[in-house]
Amino acid sequence: MSFEPGFHAEEQILDEDGRVLDGETPPDLDDDVFVDMYKQMRLCRQFDKRAVSLQRQGRMGTYSTMLAHEGALVGSAFALRDDDWIVPYYRDHGATVTHGLGFEHILQYYMGHEEGSVVPEDTSVFPICITIGDQIPHATGAGMASKLRDGDDSAVVCYFGDGATSEGDFHEGLNFAGVFDTPNVFFCLNNQWAISTPIEKQTAASTLAQKASGYGFDGVRVDGMDPLAVYEVTRKALETARDAESEAPRPTLVEALLYRIGAHNTSDDPSNYRQESETEPWRERDPISRMETFLRERGLLSDERIAAIEEENTEEIESAVEIAEAYEPDPDDIFEHVFDELPDRIEEQRAAFRELHEQYGDEAFLRD
Amino acid sequence: MATTTPDPAAVDSQTLTLVQAVREGLYTEMKRDDDVLILGEDVGDNDGVFRATEGLVDEFGSDRVMDTPLAESAIIGTSIGMAVRGFRPVPELQFMGFVYPAFDQLVNHAARFRTRSRGRFTCPLTVRVPYGGGIRAPEHHSESTEAFFAHQPGLKVVVPSTPYDAKGLLASAIEDPDPVVFLEPKLIYRSFKREVPDERYTVPIGEANVLREGSDVAVFTWGAMVRPTLEAAETLAEDGIDCHVVDVRSIYPLDEETIVDAFKRTGRGVVVHEAPQTGGMAAELTSTIQEEAVLYQKAPIKRITGYDTPFPLYALEDYYLPSAARIEHGIRETVEF
Ligand SMILES: Cc1ncc(C[n+]2csc(CCOP(=O)(O)OP(=O)(O)O)c2C)c(N)n1
Ligand SMILES: [Mg+2]
Repeated sequence: MSFEPGFHAEEQILDEDGRVLDGETPPDLDDDVFVDMYKQMRLCRQFDKRAVSLQRQGRMGTYSTMLAHEGALVGSAFALRDDDWIVPYYRDHGATVTHGLGFEHILQYYMGHEEGSVVPEDTSVFPICITIGDQIPHATGAGMASKLRDGDDSAVVCYFGDGATSEGDFHEGLNFAGVFDTPNVFFCLNNQWAISTPIEKQTAASTLAQKASGYGFDGVRVDGMDPLAVYEVTRKALETARDAESEAPRPTLVEALLYRIGAHNTSDDPSNYRQESETEPWRERDPISRMETFLRERGLLSDERIAAIEEENTEEIESAVEIAEAYEPDPDDIFEHVFDELPDRIEEQRAAFRELHEQYGDEAFLRD
Repeated sequence: MATTTPDPAAVDSQTLTLVQAVREGLYTEMKRDDDVLILGEDVGDNDGVFRATEGLVDEFGSDRVMDTPLAESAIIGTSIGMAVRGFRPVPELQFMGFVYPAFDQLVNHAARFRTRSRGRFTCPLTVRVPYGGGIRAPEHHSESTEAFFAHQPGLKVVVPSTPYDAKGLLASAIEDPDPVVFLEPKLIYRSFKREVPDERYTVPIGEANVLREGSDVAVFTWGAMVRPTLEAAETLAEDGIDCHVVDVRSIYPLDEETIVDAFKRTGRGVVVHEAPQTGGMAAELTSTIQEEAVLYQKAPIKRITGYDTPFPLYALEDYYLPSAARIEHGIRETVEF
C-alpha cells in the first residue's frame, strides 16, 4: 500500500474551473451567503499577505499562511452553528475568524502576546494549538461535554494537518470519539506536506479518510479546494454529530484533500526539499478562482463588487493590525494567571522582578 | 582537569558555529561507526529545521538518515528498539517542547533497559534536542526543562556552550553505552564561531569546565546563559569583584569535584539557569555544595533563574530570561551579603 498521488476525492461540486459538475447541485444557500463565503476567502488571502509583510518587517514572529486552504477553512466554518465549537491548530484561522474570532487575536498571538489567546466569552473557539495533534483529544473531550450537558446539542470541529495523523493523540482522540460516540467532526487539512515530509512518507495508507474505519465511524474525502463541497460535507457531518437518536455513529473524519502551495511558515524554504513545479497542478485548482467563476456565472459577482470586497477586507485587516499593534503588554503580566491565587513563591519572584525593573529599567532586560 | 581534548591551535581545525559543530560531530561519528543512525522529523531532505543534519542524507543515504513520520513517541520508541539490537541511534526531537509525546519512552524504557535486564540489554542512544529561549520563537519553542531528564535515573544529560564542546560532547554521548539527552542551546547556534579540530576528539561527560578563575564568588551556569554570565563577570571585574565562572556542561552526572572546589575557593556561589526556579538544577547544585562545603560558606547560594511561570510568549521573553544585568545584580548581592 502507499498513498495514492494526484487528485481523487469522492466529494466535489465544482470542477477545476469553478463550474458545477454534471449531476451535482450547489448547497441550498441564499445568494448572499455564497458571496459572503467568497468575501471571507479573499479576506483570508489578503490577511496572509499582510501578515507575511508584517513578519518580514520584523513586526511579527513566525507565521504560517493559509494559501490554498481558504476554501476548506471558510467552507467548513460556514456550516457551523454559532454555538458549535472549533478546536484549532495554527493554519486554520480562516475558520476561527469566520466563526467570530477577530483577526487582532491572531496577530497578537503571533506578535508574541498572550492576549492573542484570550478568546472572547461569546466565541466558541479554543486557543491555537502549536504542538501537533495535542488538540485532538481536547476536541473529543469538548464533544463529550456537549453530550453530558442536558439540552446541549452543540458539535465540536477539530482541525489538524496530515502530519498530525501520525501522532498518538490522533489515534487516541479518535478512538475515544468512537467509543463515547461524541458529536465531533475531525477535519484533516491534508495539504500533503508536514514541513518537508511528503504525505507518502507520512503514511502507507492510500487515503487518510480510511483511517476512520479503525475507529468505527465514517471517513470522507472531499476536494479541499472546493468550498461548496467542503460546506456540504461538513454540514452533513454536523447533522450526524447532532443526531443523538440515530443508530449511526456520531463522529466523522473529513479528509480535505488540498495542497500546501506555499512554504510551511515564514522560516521555511521549500526549495530545500521540493520542486516548485510540483505545486503547479494544484494552483490550477485555486479555491478563490473557482468560487469566483461560480459566482460570476450566476451573475452574483462583478468587477465592482470584487473591488468593494477587497476594500472592505483591507479596512477590516488594517483595523485589526492597528488594534494588535496598539497593545502594549506589561512585563509584570508574566506572573498573571498562573493560578487562580498566586503561591507565595511566585509573589516573591514578582516582587523581586518589580524591584529590579524599577531600579534598572528596561535596559537591564532587553536584548537588541 | 584531565581531558582527552586536543588544543585546536595545535591541530588542523576550522571555524564553526555551534550548530555546524554538531553537524561535524554527527558526520565524524557516522564515518567512524556504521551503526550510528539518525532519525527524526525533517532531518533528511530538509537537512533538519536548524540545518544540524545538513548533507548527511546525501552522504550516508536514507537508511542511516531517516525522515520519519510526525511522531515523537515512535521516534524514541523505535530508536530504543534499534539500540537494544546494537545500533547507535541519534534521534532528533525538533524542539524541547515536542519531547513530551516521547517522555514515556525515555523515562520508562530508555532509562531502564539496562537496569531491568540486569545489563543484558543496553540502550546506547543520543537524543538531540534544541532547547532554550531568546529566539522570538512561537509558543512551546523556548522552554528549558533539563531537570525533568536529570531527575530520571538512567539518563545522562549534557549541554554544550561552545562549538568545540558541541563536537566533543556529542562524540562522548554517541560512544556512551547509555542513553544521553544532548541539549543544544539554540539561542547560540549561530551567535559566534570558534576553532573546532577536524580530528575526532571527546569532551568527557561528567566534567565541568572552568571558564574564568576568580576568588570572590563561584558562578555556575550552562548553555546559552554562559555568555551573559561571562559578560556580567567582566563588568564586575571592573568593580573589583572577581568571579570564578564554571560551565557545568554535564547536568547529569554533575562534576561534583569541580563544583565543590570552585565554591571552596570563594565561599560564595551563584547558579544561573533559564529554567524555572522550583525544582531546577540550581537546587541540586546548591544542595551538593551544602553537603560538601558548608563550613566554607560566607553567603547564601543564590539562584538566578527563570520564574515559576509558564515561559511567556516572545514579546516578554527578555524579562523572563536571566540577563547580564540581572546576573550582575545577583552576584553583587551575594558578594555584598
Ligand atoms: C508534537 C510536535 N512535534 C513537532 C512539531 C514541529 N512541527 C511544527 S509544524 C510541523 C508539521 C505539521 O504538519 P501537518 O500536521 O501536516 O500540518 P500543516 O503544517 O501542514 O498544516 C511540525 C513537525 C510540533 N509543532 N509539535
Ligand atoms: Mg500538512
